[in-house]
Amino acid sequence: MVWYASRRLLQLIPVFFGATLLIYFMVFALPGDPVAALYGDKQPSPEVIAQVRAQFNLDKPFIVQYLIWIGHLFQGNLGTTFSGIPVIDQLKQAFPITFRLSMLALLFEAVAGILVGLVSGLRRGKIFDNSALVVSLLLISVPTFVIGFLLQYFFGVKWGLFSTTVSAAAPWHELVLPAIVLATVSFAYIVRLTRSSVAETMNADFVRTATAKGLPRRRVIYVHILRNSLVPVVTYLGVDIGSLMVGAIVTEGIFNIQGVGGTVYKAIQLGQGPTVVAFVAIMVIIFMLANLLVDLLYALLDPRIRYAK
Amino acid sequence: MTTTTETSTTTNFEAQKGKPLLEIKGLNIGFKTQNGYVEAVRGVDLSLGQGETLAIVGESGSGKSTTATSIIDLLPGTGKVTSGEIWFDGKNLVTLPKAELSDIRGREIGYVPQDPMSNLDPVLSIGWQVEETIRANRVATGRKEVRAHAIQVLKDAGLSDADKRLKQYPHQFSGGMRQRVLIGIGLSSRPKLLIADEPTSALDVTVQRRILDHLETLTRDYGTSVLFITHDLGLAAERAEKLVVMYKGRVVESGPSQEILANPQHPYTQRLVAAAPSLASRRIQSQISPSVTHGVTVSDVGSDDALRIEQAHEREAAASKAKDFIKVENLTKVYNIRQGGFKSLELKAVDDVSFEIPRGTTMALVGESGSGKSTVAKLVLQLESITSGTVAVDGQSIGALKGRELFDFRRRVQPVFQDPYGSLDPMYSVGNTIAEPLTTHNIGDRASRQARVRELLEQVSLPVSTINRYPNELSGGQRQRIAVARALALKPDVIVLDEAVSALDVLVQGQILNLLTDLQSELGLTYLFITHDLAVVRLVADNVCVMQKGKVVERATTDEVFSNPEQAYTRDLLEAIPGANFQFGA
Repeated sequence: MVWYASRRLLQLIPVFFGATLLIYFMVFALPGDPVAALYGDKQPSPEVIAQVRAQFNLDKPFIVQYLIWIGHLFQGNLGTTFSGIPVIDQLKQAFPITFRLSMLALLFEAVAGILVGLVSGLRRGKIFDNSALVVSLLLISVPTFVIGFLLQYFFGVKWGLFSTTVSAAAPWHELVLPAIVLATVSFAYIVRLTRSSVAETMNADFVRTATAKGLPRRRVIYVHILRNSLVPVVTYLGVDIGSLMVGAIVTEGIFNIQGVGGTVYKAIQLGQGPTVVAFVAIMVIIFMLANLLVDLLYALLDPRIRYAK
Repeated sequence: MTTTTETSTTTNFEAQKGKPLLEIKGLNIGFKTQNGYVEAVRGVDLSLGQGETLAIVGESGSGKSTTATSIIDLLPGTGKVTSGEIWFDGKNLVTLPKAELSDIRGREIGYVPQDPMSNLDPVLSIGWQVEETIRANRVATGRKEVRAHAIQVLKDAGLSDADKRLKQYPHQFSGGMRQRVLIGIGLSSRPKLLIADEPTSALDVTVQRRILDHLETLTRDYGTSVLFITHDLGLAAERAEKLVVMYKGRVVESGPSQEILANPQHPYTQRLVAAAPSLASRRIQSQISPSVTHGVTVSDVGSDDALRIEQAHEREAAASKAKDFIKVENLTKVYNIRQGGFKSLELKAVDDVSFEIPRGTTMALVGESGSGKSTVAKLVLQLESITSGTVAVDGQSIGALKGRELFDFRRRVQPVFQDPYGSLDPMYSVGNTIAEPLTTHNIGDRASRQARVRELLEQVSLPVSTINRYPNELSGGQRQRIAVARALALKPDVIVLDEAVSALDVLVQGQILNLLTDLQSELGLTYLFITHDLAVVRLVADNVCVMQKGKVVERATTDEVFSNPEQAYTRDLLEAIPGANFQFGA
């Protein structure tokens, strides 16, 4: 297990270099001159432009730029934006907010999704199941921003249960409503996934045997059915960590949250290479770590999946 | 052998023996469909005394399992008891509140299921699963007592190193050991009644015998009544004092085992007794002359001696022409099993195996699971690469074949596999399934392929109307006929039958074996017949190879092996056949 985990961690190294190189290249290939964009309508003299270009190494070939960036990275220097704000400060500002938002969303979709899915699966064809199916279909098909505005209107404006926007510090309680909006689509998928998984496990021989040996129904459900149904759900949750962070961009827009999505979006528009590369590199690492976590969780959930020592 | 349950021991339970513990009266069970209830069990009556063993025998779909599971209210899907009474120890289980029934389950009625592979929760340790049973039935309380009890239960069930194995998971146990765990769980609270639903059908014969012997000892010691569900008449005769024969949801015959077997009354029972393969049977001979291509009848095992001798001569004559039509020499297959890191373990699945199969004869490869017999089949079919040694078919070595040559070789050697449910594509109609090899090998045009499919359906005795049906609309026996038809489509010389009849009920099995024998004499086919069932070997094979742990331990003609087995292992296999030494009537 330890050997397996460390091998997977080692795999992070080439992926990290590959991902950053690729992103760096894409930012480099973006149309538009970042320096020109920096000054807007009032264009400076060619000397000033050349000076700025030299300062940010924009006059050097692509691969040299990349190597200089990597070199700085290992000295703990992520560079600065063209307007002089250190990228590390941007990271410190944006990531905790998006992280809180995604974790809340993950918690909501996991707990509520599995619960609703379990009940649905156990009562297939009954009223609860049918309504859950219809609601989840609705949630999947209606765009996030529609749901976002609806919830914002009812819970925020009409009933005043939550605040409609999130302040700059974005404390946990203000993020509850945005997290629910962010989680809706995944919640619907998890309901359906859990439902079909539970329905399948329910018919398994060992579940009948568990009943036959005298276990009460509650125990059969929580110990035998639920645990065996969770493997596909956990896979989905793992992959979802990544998409929640990326997908937060719409939700962050609706609730005016200063998170990762907004920052990266602005940086791409302005051709802020260092910011984009740093943010995306961190997202790649988070995604890979989440997947590693899922794989390790598998082994806990299902002992048949054994990783080499 | 332990064929004499009633005389073997006298215990203090003897006094109570015979007092009815379980009485089923007029039981009807229906399954809800769109058109109301479909009756699966109709008016079943049976009675089981304390300390007695009763076996319900019947083919799949006869309602035997449905009857048994209704006792503890575990009917699958929409199944429901529509009328009748189930009296157990003074209570009518049909009308008993669910909570009280839950108390009886496990505590007073134990249950041992059919398939040890799927009946233990794969994600929980063995110890956990035994302990939760003990706790739920309040046999013991407190961590230490429960653990001690669990170890005792497993030890009693025949797992001597139970204390060390509590933390292990089901996938680390063999099928036989898992079944021991399930028997342990079923008996853990010393129930008054044990329902054993085909408890050993999924196991090798030798393992089956050990486990049944053990189960018999345990239930006798505890004074437990046993309700045995089985499709195997020999097994029922050997293990139960009383028999109930079920057919299409009804009890057609019941009474003492010996009496029923010696003198079956109902036509179905008579057919069942006649079809039961035993060591006394002889090779099935084709009932048709080679010129007739249809009208195959279901024949009995025994047949006219003159015809048999004549056909044996014919086969011998054909055989002498090509003594080594298939020649396997020093065949070895090694698998590398990854051990993690860069280490790997070599597993010799097939170890230096040699044999020849004369043209037009049947060679049976016998052995327990894991003996390497199926790997030999895959090598002969060239579905796996050969590690060393040679396989030659009609003088052509097949190990080095590639591309076009391999493709052409496949026309000559065709397989039929064990599971008639898994080996047919559910989305393909029967016609498409049978025609697929023809299309793949680009033989004929559309019309001629259709004609060939019709001809093949006739050869395997299926109506031509089957052509547009889908596998899920057909029975297991019909599906296996289709698999045979598909194998025959390319007019092969050799058919490799990998446990081709093992999943079938005894009557259907008899029909397929007859079909195969007829086709052999008609088309001059050579069979490589892989099976774990020696009784079947007796019916179809000319020569036998007994395999153990990848090696051939005995090789002889069928008669020699059965009358004079040389190896202790072969004798073990022979003795383990249920009802092997039992005199069947009819």
